[in-house]
Amino acid sequence: MDAFGGPIWSMAASPSGSQLLVGCEDGSVKLFQITPDKIQFERNFDRQKSRILSLSWHPAGTHIAAGSIDYISVFDVKSGSAIHKMLVDRQYMGVSKRKCIVWGVAFLSDGTVISADSAGKVQFWDSATGTLVKNHLIADADVQSIAVSDQEDSFVVGTAEGTVFHFQLVSVTSNSSEKQWVRTKPFQHHTHDVRAVAHSPIALISGGTDTHLVIRPLMEKVEVKNYDAALRKITFPHRRLVSCAKKKQLLLFQFAHHLELWRLGSTVATGKNGDTLPLSKNADHLLHLKTKGPENIICSCISPCGSWIAYSTASRFFLYRLNYEHDNINLQRVSKMPAFLRSALQILFSEDSAKLFVASNQGSLHVIRLLEGSFKHLHTFQPQSGTVESMCLLAVSPDGNWLAASGTSAGVHVYNVKQLKLHCTVPAYNFPVTALAIAPNTNNLVIAHSDQQVFEYSIPDKQYTQWSRTIQKQGFHHLWLQRDTPITHISFHPKRPMHILLHDAYMFCIIDKSLPLPNDKTLLYNPLPPTNESDIIRRRTAHAFKISKKYKPLLFMDLLDERTLVAVERPLDDIIAQLPPPIKKKKFGT
Amino acid sequence: MAALEEGFTLTAVPLGSGPDGPLGVEQSDKTDQFLVTDSGRTVILYKVSDQKPLGSWSVKQGQIITCPAVCNFQTGEYIVVHDNKVLRIWNNEDVNLDKVFKATLSAEVYRIHSIQGAEPLVLFKEGAIRGLEALLAEPQQKIETVTSDEEVIKWTKFFMVFRHPVLIFITEKHGNYFAYVQKFNSRILSKYTLLLRQEEKSAAQSFSASVYRKFISLMSLSSDGCVYETLIPIHPSDPEKNQRVVRSLLLKSVVSGSARSGVALTILDQDHVAVLGPPLSASKECLSIWNTKFQTLQASKELPQGTSGQLWYHGENLFMLHGKFLTVIPYKCEVSSLAGALGKLKHSQDPDIHAMTHFVNWETSQGYGLGSQNSEQSKRILRRRKIEASVQPEVPPSTQLLAAVQKDSEKHIEVELRKFLAVKRTPDFHTIIGDVVIGLLGRCKAEPSFYPRNCLMQLIQTRVLSYSLCPGLMEFALEKTDVQILQLCLQQFPDIPESVTCACLKIFLSIGDDSLQETDINMESVSDYTAIIQDGEIEEQTEILQNGFNPEEDNCENCAQELTEKPQAAAEESTSCPVTGKRAALLENATMTLPGIHPPTLNQIMDWICLLLDANFTVVVMLPEAKRLLLSLYKFVKSQISICSELNKIEVSFRELQKLNQEKTNRELYSIEVLELF
Repeated sequence: MDAFGGPIWSMAASPSGSQLLVGCEDGSVKLFQITPDKIQFERNFDRQKSRILSLSWHPAGTHIAAGSIDYISVFDVKSGSAIHKMLVDRQYMGVSKRKCIVWGVAFLSDGTVISADSAGKVQFWDSATGTLVKNHLIADADVQSIAVSDQEDSFVVGTAEGTVFHFQLVSVTSNSSEKQWVRTKPFQHHTHDVRAVAHSPIALISGGTDTHLVIRPLMEKVEVKNYDAALRKITFPHRRLVSCAKKKQLLLFQFAHHLELWRLGSTVATGKNGDTLPLSKNADHLLHLKTKGPENIICSCISPCGSWIAYSTASRFFLYRLNYEHDNINLQRVSKMPAFLRSALQILFSEDSAKLFVASNQGSLHVIRLLEGSFKHLHTFQPQSGTVESMCLLAVSPDGNWLAASGTSAGVHVYNVKQLKLHCTVPAYNFPVTALAIAPNTNNLVIAHSDQQVFEYSIPDKQYTQWSRTIQKQGFHHLWLQRDTPITHISFHPKRPMHILLHDAYMFCIIDKSLPLPNDKTLLYNPLPPTNESDIIRRRTAHAFKISKKYKPLLFMDLLDERTLVAVERPLDDIIAQLPPPIKKKKFGT
Repeated sequence: MAALEEGFTLTAVPLGSGPDGPLGVEQSDKTDQFLVTDSGRTVILYKVSDQKPLGSWSVKQGQIITCPAVCNFQTGEYIVVHDNKVLRIWNNEDVNLDKVFKATLSAEVYRIHSIQGAEPLVLFKEGAIRGLEALLAEPQQKIETVTSDEEVIKWTKFFMVFRHPVLIFITEKHGNYFAYVQKFNSRILSKYTLLLRQEEKSAAQSFSASVYRKFISLMSLSSDGCVYETLIPIHPSDPEKNQRVVRSLLLKSVVSGSARSGVALTILDQDHVAVLGPPLSASKECLSIWNTKFQTLQASKELPQGTSGQLWYHGENLFMLHGKFLTVIPYKCEVSSLAGALGKLKHSQDPDIHAMTHFVNWETSQGYGLGSQNSEQSKRILRRRKIEASVQPEVPPSTQLLAAVQKDSEKHIEVELRKFLAVKRTPDFHTIIGDVVIGLLGRCKAEPSFYPRNCLMQLIQTRVLSYSLCPGLMEFALEKTDVQILQLCLQQFPDIPESVTCACLKIFLSIGDDSLQETDINMESVSDYTAIIQDGEIEEQTEILQNGFNPEEDNCENCAQELTEKPQAAAEESTSCPVTGKRAALLENATMTLPGIHPPTLNQIMDWICLLLDANFTVVVMLPEAKRLLLSLYKFVKSQISICSELNKIEVSFRELQKLNQEKTNRELYSIEVLELF
């Protein structure tokens, strides 16, 4: 629906969640009513003279603060009229800037309004009197984002210099009840603008133009040293962005607004370990598929045979049929998609490319039979009663009998595709699933969780396998558990049933289930020992986890055939090179 | 920067004062409340911030107040003298001065002095001084004559010097001025003749005094309009003799020389004085603040309606009569402070209280009643004190020693102490030791000649004493500048407050080398240090020899030599102000006792240095002696800046290198590699 105020610059849901405020280009603040089935316009607040860039509700829901250009307005929600207009100083280090943009406001329950503006200031205002209480000049550039903790005893701001500042409400002197806001810790984890910050009870989270999401735990709030206690820097989304048509040796790359289809090159040469072989045929860029409309692509997939491509945006689902005629590709959109296929969170083709599985954002799972140029809706697995959780990860067994689907928390459901019914549910685990795969032949489901645990579950037996029990009993190596990035893809070698291939952003690993598990005393990362060592030593030092860090940052890795692995690296420098340049800062004075 | 703020009149009603102005403005026991005594019959208590009177008392018609009312800070009562001899004491609840406590004295009173932390003193016109309580015990006692005939008291002041009250009064006789200094810990009255230089035959018109280190700095504003300073030692070498002190010119022509009346002077702080009077012969009267160190006029305020030539300074307020009204002008001298700018000024809570909370305050809990030398006596109501009889202290069984401490000779005490230490230690051993020390200290204060140094050292070495057990000991040693005792205390006491440690540090730094030479100081802690110094000297010598032998053959070598020579020269220079071994030992002890068991952190030291620099920054900038320090500071900062800029350059070149490296290692967009997998 249109708010009829031009571009929307800011949005804030009321503390009760029943109302939504939007701040528009034309200076209007509009209040909407949120009901379970729709959003309804309620009324306009007093119109301001320039765009509303930030909004914040008073925790009681009675007042709001709106940051505009050069001033902050405080509105009474009941009357919709502006009570105070607090002018922000344009001066910056004695130089008057043209404008002072209030990028962020936060309304505290005691009536204090905290503002963050383009002149590098964080200011405290008394909303009752409309006066400036305190001023912190923290940056030479814009302060772009602000987030307050639930207890209102600490908040975090992000600046255009890539710095994140932590402010805390601390006692003026020890044993004193008088408290004041003090800038306590600066963090510099970003190279570019920090556009968004969040304050969780135990961590500060920041993200911005440099495409990193940084989670900085507040060490004073962390009680035990565990996964939560480490600084996390998340570079890639924890989603599959590349899919692979093994038979045709095609890779489909998903970008924000387009898809690229590449055919892998080939070589006739052979070589020894570490050699780069001359290419007899280079990789081909076959297709550049642009989306229609402004929406981002949510998910995409290419069928194993390479003749189907499906992708989905927030509101539309697209399915294409590809015909290969020598070097030419004929792309044909399958029209008349059913209404229920409006948007998908995850798309998967069966191994024989005859079935399409679509996880919709309503929690249901659609099974569609693909025919030459058309399709047929076979079945929809409805979400388990009582859950509205959407499935975001899918895995299908190579024999096409089993489909595993996982949401963010409620465990993994395994469906029998032949009989179109729920087969079993893997017991729920505390941490979300990051990757799923079903092994050929054994139909063992391998599940990787965000806390770096890996489980193996036998679908036919409806229980964890012996190997999985053993490793759970012994525990994973501590270095394995301390890795930063989650496993994003799991695959299997068709001829080696004891191997599991998995990777995260910085390594790929082959787990050989036949070898002994490493304990904390053994070296986990054990690069290939020199070949001149005797077999006995090699065997003695060998353990189940074979790790290679040759390729990083690793976006995708899969086994194409028995002898070929495909790895996709995404160098960070390439990403950064495409970004707008950051504010240059000299590190060493002068 | 010193500044005068906007003044205000204390009352809209003109004081019923004659041409002489009010008799006095005195502090009461509550902050912000002042007693103003009219030259007629009235005493008014004002709350200055509210600009209104809280109470007013008058003597009967026919009587006249002759001495400004003061507050007895120990009891909260007010004291005034009317008709020269009649003393009145009352408190806030009393309404009529006629009905309050009255004592008629046998001699005429010049002033009553009262300051915080001391018993009020009565100064008689003939120069005799009495404590108020002693006087009230026997009001009709005979008062001796101290000054000679025709000698008139001109001015007087009472202050605390190292917790001991000191009273100074100036007399005049035939154009000659005399200063009398009475110290109450020693009961010695010293007399000084203030010598004027030949050319300065001018009469002093106003006096002010402050204590500066071991001297009373007496300033006088003379009829020639200049301010003179006279330094009077607090601890005279020969107190009995009449001594002569010379006054020196401090500020020239601060007021017009022809001004006959209405000039006054008061010391505000170490560097600032306030002067009241017309700056030029024709001009109106002015209140001016002068910086005595730099001889600059800091602030000035015109008082067109004329003054009475009286100026009082209490707290942060200057009081004067302007026209008919008593005017208050607040005075502020904010030290421009680097620490303040850095936000490093600490909230100055009394550190003693914090440091001592873990320890029992033995001073209050001791039950042996060692003749309460304590100045912090419990509040007594004077009117009922006649009943007071000295309660005989109960003599505890095990302490013959304590009795000996009170009266016996130093030798005898030593013998008793040895006996006491020889017997088995009882559970209350440390409290007895504490009591003995306090007893000794009390006696030391009463009898200046008594200084049982050996006993004290033995007592400290029992290792049971702590600062809180005998709070006066270190102060006493500080006063005596007995570095040996101080060293022992620093080594033994676990709970020395930071302020006392700092005072020790100051003494250790300021004491002359010759006096250190004579003292016996334990140098164990710095044995390494002295060894190093010697080593350094030897090395230096050989180096110099080598330089002599090396002919200038190789240019490069020569360069290197020059380079090495320079720092040597600097080292030699710095050894011209060395820290001697003994001083180093003392400093080591002092610094090791600073807060907590850990030595001070670098940040702490930096903070102190910053504070030190701050406090004296103006001096540092102006004084020629500091030029070298400033120069080296400047050089240091300059080198830091150049380091930073070099680092910047290095960073940039590294980045370029990195770029080159990346380009080299960059894989092709697409490649096929052979990888052996396990």
